[in-house]
Amino acid sequence: MLTFTLFLPLVGALFILFFVNSPRNVRAVALMIALVELGLASIVFWTVSQDGSGSFQLVEKIAWVQSLNIQYFLGVDGLSAPLILLTGLLTLCAVFASWYVEDRVKEHFFWMLTLITAVMGVFMALDLVLFFVFWELELIPMYFLISIWGTGRKEYSAMKFLIFTIAGSAFMLIGILVVFLSSGTFDMTELAGSTLTNLLIPTQLVFLLFFVAFAIKLPIWPVHTWLPDAHTDAPTAGSVILAGVLIKMGGYGLIRINTAMFPETTREYAWLIVGLALVSVIYGAIVTLRQSDLKRLIAYSSVSHMGLVLLGIASLGAGKSAVASVGLNGSAMQMFTHGTITGLMFLVVGQIYLRTHTRFIPDLGGLVVKMPFLCAALVISGLASLGLPGLSGFVSEALVFLGAFHVWPWPVAICVFGIVLTAGYILWMIQRVVFGPESDKFSGITDARFPEIVPVVLLVASILVVGLYPSVISDVFSSTLSELISTRFG
Amino acid sequence: MTTNDLYLIAPEIALACTALVVIVLDLVLNNKRFLPVFALLGVLVSVLFTLSLCADISGSSNGPMTGLFATVVVDKFAIFFKLLILSIVALVALGSVDFVNKFEDSQGEFYALILLSAVGMMLMAATKELISIYISIELATLPIAALAAFMKTNRSSEAGLKFLLLAAVSSAFLLYGMVLVYGFTGSTHLDVIAATVTAGAVPFGSSVMLAGIALIVVGFGFKISMVPFQMWVPDVYEGSPTPVVAFLSVASKAAAFAVILRVFYIGFGGVNVDWADMFAVLAALSMTTGNLVAMMQTNIKRLLGYSTIAQAGYILVGVAAITAATPDGGIVGLGPSGVLFYLAGYAATNLAVFFAIIVINNNINSELISDFAGVAKRAPLLSGVIAISMISLVGIPPTAGFMGKLYLFNAAVSSDLIWLAVVGVLNSVISAYYYLRVVKIMYLGPVESESRITYSLPVLIAVVVAAIGILMIGMVPGPLFEFTEVAVKSLLVGI
Repeated sequence: MLTFTLFLPLVGALFILFFVNSPRNVRAVALMIALVELGLASIVFWTVSQDGSGSFQLVEKIAWVQSLNIQYFLGVDGLSAPLILLTGLLTLCAVFASWYVEDRVKEHFFWMLTLITAVMGVFMALDLVLFFVFWELELIPMYFLISIWGTGRKEYSAMKFLIFTIAGSAFMLIGILVVFLSSGTFDMTELAGSTLTNLLIPTQLVFLLFFVAFAIKLPIWPVHTWLPDAHTDAPTAGSVILAGVLIKMGGYGLIRINTAMFPETTREYAWLIVGLALVSVIYGAIVTLRQSDLKRLIAYSSVSHMGLVLLGIASLGAGKSAVASVGLNGSAMQMFTHGTITGLMFLVVGQIYLRTHTRFIPDLGGLVVKMPFLCAALVISGLASLGLPGLSGFVSEALVFLGAFHVWPWPVAICVFGIVLTAGYILWMIQRVVFGPESDKFSGITDARFPEIVPVVLLVASILVVGLYPSVISDVFSSTLSELISTRFG
Repeated sequence: MTTNDLYLIAPEIALACTALVVIVLDLVLNNKRFLPVFALLGVLVSVLFTLSLCADISGSSNGPMTGLFATVVVDKFAIFFKLLILSIVALVALGSVDFVNKFEDSQGEFYALILLSAVGMMLMAATKELISIYISIELATLPIAALAAFMKTNRSSEAGLKFLLLAAVSSAFLLYGMVLVYGFTGSTHLDVIAATVTAGAVPFGSSVMLAGIALIVVGFGFKISMVPFQMWVPDVYEGSPTPVVAFLSVASKAAAFAVILRVFYIGFGGVNVDWADMFAVLAALSMTTGNLVAMMQTNIKRLLGYSTIAQAGYILVGVAAITAATPDGGIVGLGPSGVLFYLAGYAATNLAVFFAIIVINNNINSELISDFAGVAKRAPLLSGVIAISMISLVGIPPTAGFMGKLYLFNAAVSSDLIWLAVVGVLNSVISAYYYLRVVKIMYLGPVESESRITYSLPVLIAVVVAAIGILMIGMVPGPLFEFTEVAVKSLLVGI
């Protein structure tokens, strides 16, 4: 089941590469694959949520390289299942978002579907080497997506993305090898249940090796600089997947590896985590205020929002407490909601750019007249992003603050101020782009077409559902996370 | 000498005979297209002999066989390298068909020289006596000098001469080092040297062997293109015919590493000189220098030249990881078996990239990387293969390069050489820049010509086989892992 879900996009990608030629058919095949993939992801999510125990489901385990004890080991639990669902959802959105790609259509969908397999693999792998393989596998497709179909300084941005991530994974590889040397296993479930002692180098250092890799991916100040470039220059589908799921791999790694395998060190370094979170949230928000490019604005807001993921993790600083699981749950929820909200934003902005050929905010204005649907979607995503109650962003942010406040009252108080800044830049952006005087330049433009409406509707629906009834997702997350806290932070 | 002695070197004899037959056939045959077929048949016969030897030394009661006055040894380690070198020869013979066909005469010599050089390399992997090692190294090297000058152009002759002179210099170092070792231990046989060292019978203690060992390292350093003995590499790579460079960059490196492992792990294992640390430093120097200079290259062959220096550095990590060589937790010889594994993956990778580049160079008549722009449109398959190879050279999964580096760096970490592993992974990051730049130019550069790039069937086979090798080693590494482990076990433990 998991293997099928994992490799379906790759098989589809190869099928498209070798057997499908006309752009029309390529799109049709990709759409079919994305639909089936979303169905499979939903089944996976359903299975885990029905089980409710938070333990690993649908486990598949075969020896891969016997002499080094590397396994082909897949499984999903409450932490990964929602992210897999998110990946499935955004895959479908990305296919629709690429509907009007004209250049090298076949290759575009080939790389996109390959990318999905890599991301799915990261969320499913329970063997460190397998995890690393998928972690690296995601680089090449994303590199090509940005550098071929991107805009602006696309080749520079693609290379920057690549070098930053490879540098991060270099540290992670050392960490993995050090862990393996002392424990003799790459099995993540086993490692998450044992105490790692007598490592070759101090445990703190190993913790930091992993932390750097995930911090670059998340991204956290001061290693966030690749993100605005990559996001701004990526094609719409690339941005959607990058913002929606790729950077979630960082948060996922932090929870799955750093907190689960090094609980003591996580507590010890909670001050560092909270400090970085604080800077990311506030610095990200301040820089966002200054942006005049729509995509760059959303990109920097991601830095700010990902800081909240880190803040939630920092709530483990006091060890086991009633609120720690709330904070960690908030982190995970923030990953999910940010994926849908920012995915929607990039989607809408991509469609606006397709029509107006500019993302420069002062050039836009009064778009609501010509594009009521897209503008409504942009407003909804904006409001969700600034945490309006009833929409999904509110839930996750509230959980993070609730969890972390107990442990870090002052930093949290400052971070809450970041929300004010968020409201500032979002509303200001909406005011300048959506409302205001109508510009003559945009007299000929039209609203969204059918293939563009579908993903917008899907994402708006998911924002509303999670906003009104968050337990759908949060119960699944907490089934695993509270288990993690009670066993590892006791 | 007995018939058994001849049987032990039957693979080499078969290959040498094939070389002579090919030269004779070149004189009598009008249709030169059959020459590579004969060469391949010879390789096949040699492979069969090797497999037969392998069967003879396998099994519980049989161990490694020695012969020819205890100079030649046939163990799993030797078998591994013989098979590796034979596969390389077969692929090179296939991949250079288009290149050789351009020559009016001396086509037979090309194949014969490759085969003769391969004979030397196979012997290098199978001797455990210093004089025999020296002779087989010469046999492996001299044909390559002739091959480097094969095109008879100025640059090609220069490359040939340069290679010949530096090979001679390095051989002199090697020989002098061997003499010193012989002087202190009284033997040229590696196991006798080891026994003398272990028994403490070396006058003044084994640290006096430092000079000899250092000179031997210098000699080998030239062969494996290790910093600081790498100066000849870019010039020779640029000037020599590309098929020769392909052969030189993988086969001769593999054979040299076989000798290094045998000499140092068997002969100098007990010596009170910390040669492992020396190799660790040299490894770090090689990869860093190679990668940093490669970033500035504009010629694809020079780039690959510096790349091969960096790759030698990665492989040396495995040589340096000596403490991982002791049996521990069921894993025997993590470092050396990492070397073997990486060499196999590196062979597939480098051959794939060189074959693809031979074809492309011939079509666009340029070796400048910038002229590769838009090649992806003109030769989708070849570009795909180059992309996969470059990814493998960087060490990104799911390729052979990743598995090899995982293995090597794991060995380094297990040997307390964590700093070396860190240097290694950071170098991989640096190398990503210049390796992937080639891919970028191929795929993103402006398309100037629409004409398809054509090539013959043998070249296609060679390219595809090498590419499949890269992916197979990367995704199903199990069988190769086990083979390398058995090979290293037979080297270290003698079973």
